[in-house]
Amino acid sequence: MGHLTPLQRVFLAVALVVIVAPFLWILMNSFKYQIAIYQGSWVFEPTLSNYTDVLFSRRSRFSDNLWNSVVVAVTSTTIVLVLGTLAAYSLNRFPWAPWVSRGLMAWLVVFHMVPVLTLVGPWYLIFRHFGLYDTLTGLVLTHVTLNLPMAIWLMLAFVREVPREMEEAAEIDGCSRIQTFGYVVLPVIVPGLIATGVLSFIFSWNEFAVALNLTSRATATVPVGVAKFAQEYEIQHAQMAAASILATIPAILIMFFGQKFVVRGLTLGSVK
Amino acid sequence: MKPPSSGFLDRSFPYWTLLPAVIVFVVLSVYPMLNLVGMSLHVYRFEGGQEIATFNPWQNFSYFSGDPIIRPAIVNTIVFVLVAVSAEMAIGLALAICVSRVSRGKGLIRTLIILPILVPPVAIGSMWRLMYNFDFGILNQGAALLGLGPINWLGDPRFSLLSVIIVDVWHWVPFIFLILFAAVEGLPGDVMEAAKIDGATQGQTTRYVVLPLLKPAIVVAFTFRSILAFKTFDEVFLLTSGGPGTSSELISLHLYKVFFQQNNLGYGAMLSITVILMVVSFLLVSRRVTAAQAQG
Repeated sequence: MGHLTPLQRVFLAVALVVIVAPFLWILMNSFKYQIAIYQGSWVFEPTLSNYTDVLFSRRSRFSDNLWNSVVVAVTSTTIVLVLGTLAAYSLNRFPWAPWVSRGLMAWLVVFHMVPVLTLVGPWYLIFRHFGLYDTLTGLVLTHVTLNLPMAIWLMLAFVREVPREMEEAAEIDGCSRIQTFGYVVLPVIVPGLIATGVLSFIFSWNEFAVALNLTSRATATVPVGVAKFAQEYEIQHAQMAAASILATIPAILIMFFGQKFVVRGLTLGSVK
Repeated sequence: MKPPSSGFLDRSFPYWTLLPAVIVFVVLSVYPMLNLVGMSLHVYRFEGGQEIATFNPWQNFSYFSGDPIIRPAIVNTIVFVLVAVSAEMAIGLALAICVSRVSRGKGLIRTLIILPILVPPVAIGSMWRLMYNFDFGILNQGAALLGLGPINWLGDPRFSLLSVIIVDVWHWVPFIFLILFAAVEGLPGDVMEAAKIDGATQGQTTRYVVLPLLKPAIVVAFTFRSILAFKTFDEVFLLTSGGPGTSSELISLHLYKVFFQQNNLGYGAMLSITVILMVVSFLLVSRRVTAAQAQG
């Protein structure tokens, strides 16, 4: 491909600065005392007090939030991976009647398009009825429901890529259906599992609208904790900055390792 | 040689693999949506930690017809989706094409660009709230350098929706970029080569070769993004909560307020049904349109 014209160079540089600068500015502010934030100063005495406040002070429940988020994200991602992969394989490889496969796919599209807040109301009543309101189990169930469509779409794209000849050969060699799936198909679609797992974990980690309404102090997740700093009568700007930075670290770490697979997954999913 | 095992689990393999996912959807999405119908016919009040439902659909209808916020919420949502998504498509496409022409450090640039998608939307909301701050935010510091007076980004009804859109563009340009960049990188090299040999300039190649080839990816990115934009809640909840007045009110925010601030579950359900019907009819119409286009 050709080279960048000067105009394109400037555009790219400006875009990079605009994308990265907010992170640096917030990072800087997270090390300031509240007073230095109010003065908008660029030269200041750095402090870790905001981070220790957010993580360890008795008024803050952020360490609980972190634990809850880990539990919910890991559990819901595991369930989503198992259910999504099995469902995608079944849909792609077995001759389902069109009303089953098409019906399910159409429902996934509708469900994906509807704002989640239309469902939080009924979830609230149902969960209260079954004692799931304000529990991590309840939150896990909602996150599974929200992320399963994406998992099925992505895994369908990866399952489609597996050559049928491989499975036929395994069957001739005497493998049962379960063995064929476990020994032949599963190892080939590992990149898809990683891509789906990374995305599902990040979506669950970041999810706010449901967690806000179906949890309370003890079961709140990280996003709810972050929002708390912005909502109290006296906004704690410094802690807000520190909490935002802390909330972002896990997703960035995971994406750092999974980026290659996610990009491949998105390409497969959007081209086919 | 091992005999092919033909246990019950194996014969029923196609069924029990699909069944759990179907159960999840039936129990946690179909059933709650059907529940909305029943809820919309009742009025709920809370007494001693218990909700008490009274059958009274007329009450909810009268809330509906007397709700002054529905119209601004719908108008704002449409403006928000149109403006934000078009800006994101334009910038994301330009970035994808530029970065694909960079000769060194492509991987690093891509990693930097996609950072914003990874940040929890709530954290994005609070980050930008600091940056938009009237007294000490970096944007007003910058405005002062340019000799402009401080702008009340979030508190002035003329700017609040625009400010929210700016945040959305910052957040989601990376997503468009990621999809289109992968598509640009996947373009067949020989086609580009052929265009070059035929003497096409870079602009001509982009206009007549790259863009047509990218069309499927552009459509996918646009569709996905529009759907997500329509559902936006988190960032706006933190930035403006829909205010001042109704100047940045969006559909999701209004649903949240009716359900969980006014605790009006019955009317909330009626609003939800309206939104779901809007979505379904939009889907049906757009399917008709694509089908007609495919024929014509």
